[in-house]
Amino acid sequence: MCRSGVLTALCGVGVGALLLAGCPGPQPDTESPSAGAGAKGEPAPAAGGKIVLGSYMCNTGPFATFGQSSTKAMEMAVEELNAKGGVLGKPIELIVEDDQCKPEEAANAAQKLIQQDNVLCVLGEVASSNSLAAAPICQDAQTPMVTPSSTNPAVTQTGDYIFRICFTDDFQGVVMSKYAVEELKAKTAVVFSDVASDYSKGLSKVFRETFTAAGGEILGEESYNQSDRDFRAQLTKFKGLSPDVVYVPGYYGEVALILSQARQLGLKAVFLGGDGFDSPKLVEIAGKAAEGALFSNHYSKDDPNPVVQQFVASFQAKYNEAPDALAACAYDAVRIVAQAIETAGVEDRTALRDALAGITDFDGVTGKITIDENRNARKSATILTIKGGKQTFVKTMAPE
Amino acid sequence: MSQQLINAISLGAVYALIALGYTMVYGVLRLINFAHGEVFMVGSFIGLAALSVFHLPFALAVLVAMVGAALLGAVIERGAYRPLRSAPRLAALITAIGVSLLLQNLGMLILGAAPRAYPPAIDPAPIAWLEERAGVVVTRQQVVILAATAAILAGLSLIVSRTKIGKAMRAVSEDRQAAQLMGINVDRVIAFTFCLGSAIAGAGGVFYGVYYGTADPLMGLMPGIKAFVAAVLGGIGSVPGAMLGALLMGLVETGVSSVTLRVSPSLVLTGSTLRDAVAFAVLIAILLLRPAGLLGRPGREKV
Amino acid sequence: MWAHYLPRLVLYVAIGSVLVGLDVGLPRLLNAYLVQILVFVACNIVLATSLNLINGIAGQFSIGHAGFMAIGAYATAWLSTTHGQRLLAPYEGQRLEPLLIVAYLVVLMFLGGLAAALGGLLIGLPSLRLRGDYLAIATLGFGEIIRVLLLNLEPVGGATGLRGIPQYSSLFLVLVAAVVTVAALHNLGNSVHGRSLLAIREDETAAEALGIDCAHYKTSAFVIGAFFAGVAGCLYAHYTQFIHPRSFDFMKSIELVLIVVLGGGNLRSVILAAVAITLLPEGLRLVKGALHLPFDPRMAIYSALLIAAMLVRRERVLQAVLPGRKGGGLRE
Repeated sequence: MCRSGVLTALCGVGVGALLLAGCPGPQPDTESPSAGAGAKGEPAPAAGGKIVLGSYMCNTGPFATFGQSSTKAMEMAVEELNAKGGVLGKPIELIVEDDQCKPEEAANAAQKLIQQDNVLCVLGEVASSNSLAAAPICQDAQTPMVTPSSTNPAVTQTGDYIFRICFTDDFQGVVMSKYAVEELKAKTAVVFSDVASDYSKGLSKVFRETFTAAGGEILGEESYNQSDRDFRAQLTKFKGLSPDVVYVPGYYGEVALILSQARQLGLKAVFLGGDGFDSPKLVEIAGKAAEGALFSNHYSKDDPNPVVQQFVASFQAKYNEAPDALAACAYDAVRIVAQAIETAGVEDRTALRDALAGITDFDGVTGKITIDENRNARKSATILTIKGGKQTFVKTMAPE
Repeated sequence: MSQQLINAISLGAVYALIALGYTMVYGVLRLINFAHGEVFMVGSFIGLAALSVFHLPFALAVLVAMVGAALLGAVIERGAYRPLRSAPRLAALITAIGVSLLLQNLGMLILGAAPRAYPPAIDPAPIAWLEERAGVVVTRQQVVILAATAAILAGLSLIVSRTKIGKAMRAVSEDRQAAQLMGINVDRVIAFTFCLGSAIAGAGGVFYGVYYGTADPLMGLMPGIKAFVAAVLGGIGSVPGAMLGALLMGLVETGVSSVTLRVSPSLVLTGSTLRDAVAFAVLIAILLLRPAGLLGRPGREKV
Repeated sequence: MWAHYLPRLVLYVAIGSVLVGLDVGLPRLLNAYLVQILVFVACNIVLATSLNLINGIAGQFSIGHAGFMAIGAYATAWLSTTHGQRLLAPYEGQRLEPLLIVAYLVVLMFLGGLAAALGGLLIGLPSLRLRGDYLAIATLGFGEIIRVLLLNLEPVGGATGLRGIPQYSSLFLVLVAAVVTVAALHNLGNSVHGRSLLAIREDETAAEALGIDCAHYKTSAFVIGAFFAGVAGCLYAHYTQFIHPRSFDFMKSIELVLIVVLGGGNLRSVILAAVAITLLPEGLRLVKGALHLPFDPRMAIYSALLIAAMLVRRERVLQAVLPGRKGGGLRE
């Protein structure tokens, strides 16, 4: 065995740690309600002095920028709730697990939260593929899962314990194509989507269908990869087609580069997108090239609603950066769960599920949220544009 | 069409920027240096700090990034690779992966994963007279990158073929033990190669950041893999080969992306959707035709 | 006659009863989280030992093993979601159901393995012409091609991933598959076949001169290795109930290479390495909570441990397998 000493040691570390995790730890002390960084323990619902929520997020890996942003907002929401006395008179503890943006790790993280940490409710993920990996686990364990920002319709179809508080792909695609046809009088469009992202592909599909149904013509479709930095080949093709609008349902990191390169190449069309555009980074990176881009979003930062104003101000103060759409959704997710626990009145997973299903007109940062019979959020979309380097409100579109 | 050719060459030049430094280490050590992309990333962030925090001029920022990256390269070589000098080649591959993951994750912990804006130190606007006369868009940045790549290629070729240390590098890569017996300080030669390759990666990182206008902790991942492919495609250890391999990759990727096949109204094959699959198929086909890379020397087998 | 086979029989019965014991005992001892991790451990053992046949024993540097796993996973998951579930539906709730599921899964494993083996044949052919890192690029490309095709193949979910796969496999079945794989590969390694592969790894020209059909053996290594990767893919898909192309990307292949190299080509060490590499990231989840850190240093510690383990284990790793270990080299 000596020749494998190091490996045995490595195994030992792993096994030891897991056994440690498996053993019921000491009851956590109730005097440190610091969320997020909180200690782990084994408080069974109703027994411990805390209400334990769990989140699995891509805090490392290719989508880490989204995961980290969501995590920050969730931790802030928990802190604010605890400052107001918590829920059911108990402080909330949020256990954050990282999933490296891998579906199998998301499944592991969800299992750990449910089995080891005995959380009341699971929050997660950004990428629908990771949410889809964890959803069957939460469903089997009859633990409510609330996804703040996975837009794929399939996520909530997994079962009656899975909820969503953002739009589905359908809604945003419809909103933007309607706006393009009715307000911009666009006749022709091209679609540019991320080949590996179901969010991007889903929005594209719906946009294409509704735009064509409204009498518009899709001149061409191209794809890119999330890790791409050069989009000139595809944009040159678009330039040859001279469309009225370009629909790019992507995230700000890539979209910023697409906008800059499109302007360099002299592509004159109007760029449209979804909530992936909502980040201060878009203007920071793309600069002037971002001017005139239009996108659908959950809310406008100009909205006088005090919930919105307070969220934007606190996030800015706490993290010294403006929040993006993912942060807003994650923030709402925690608050909705808190309200549902309050409504349920007991620390019980099934009661929480029922309370979540009954959420109506929740006054969130991302709009008035009502959970419908498919456990999806019904709320209006806001259309924003970039003007003078700032997001500017254009229009509100209500769900049908 | 001519615009796509320019797109292809500029993309190839960007790949070459990374592949040239890669092939140095690769040629001498035969080490698939996974950490190269991360040295490139660190160089890019050093350049970013130099440009936007210390407001240094561009040339100085490149120099600072090169020095910083070279130092990092030296530390990596000393700490993670040199102890494995006598161990099998694949051992160093694992530490390379380890170093790569470590730098990525430290970057994400310290800097956060969000992309950062890079100051446009070179004017990103297209060159007006080319656009008017030829109808093609070429930016000053693209010209600078191409020039930088050419300069690095020329510089490396000179170092490898004309200098004493270059001769020593060739000797070490040919046969390390024999080189040692001939009185060459192998450790020093390898350390030098590493610093040189890392410095080029650092410079590449700054150019890359300025060209695309952004930097993030994972920015080295894809370029690292592409540089590996380009270096192998060109023929292991061949500096001009890496350049050629990178240009070819830019050409193939852009070429595939620019094609749309309308098989039938319902079945339209968009090149950009299948780009990576087709590009890799083409690369494999090229390798099958030239099993030792484009400029590689077919391995003579000793019997 | 009997006496000759007796020790072996006893061994088989012992292994069998241990497995049955595990099947009965584990779910009671462990919660779903630990069971799931063990399933992933077993899958990685199958994957790593099969890659060891290609990389370690035959010495063909392959960094596209996740591609074979993807083929097995997707082919069988597609079969189950389109036909398999319907096929088994009439027996739901009947006493025979568990047996039928096992039988069905065994057939499925074979089919998944065969599909992946076809891929192995395809990638084995370039191995006849390409060597060392040149072959590595071809296998890397192969893995990427599979991934991109799956991303664009709508019948298997495309970029959304394939969901609703029935959970037919269990910890017990995965453990059995791991034991069978290890036994098969162990025997193969000690057979004429394995010795021939070793000879090819050490010196292809000499092996050829000894009358070993290098082309045949090299291709067969890829085919057999891919077969078991396909089996692992099948078991994985039918445990997680959801698969996505991102699970089979380049980094997965690299993780497997890492296990094989860390294991040094020795079967037992490869298994240990597979256990360690799968458990470590999960075990390290504890660090953040235990130290009350405001950030999660899990992956940073993981990579640092990797470097440290390699520095300590430096002499035990896989021999470099390259023609022209000398020669080639840097030129102007």
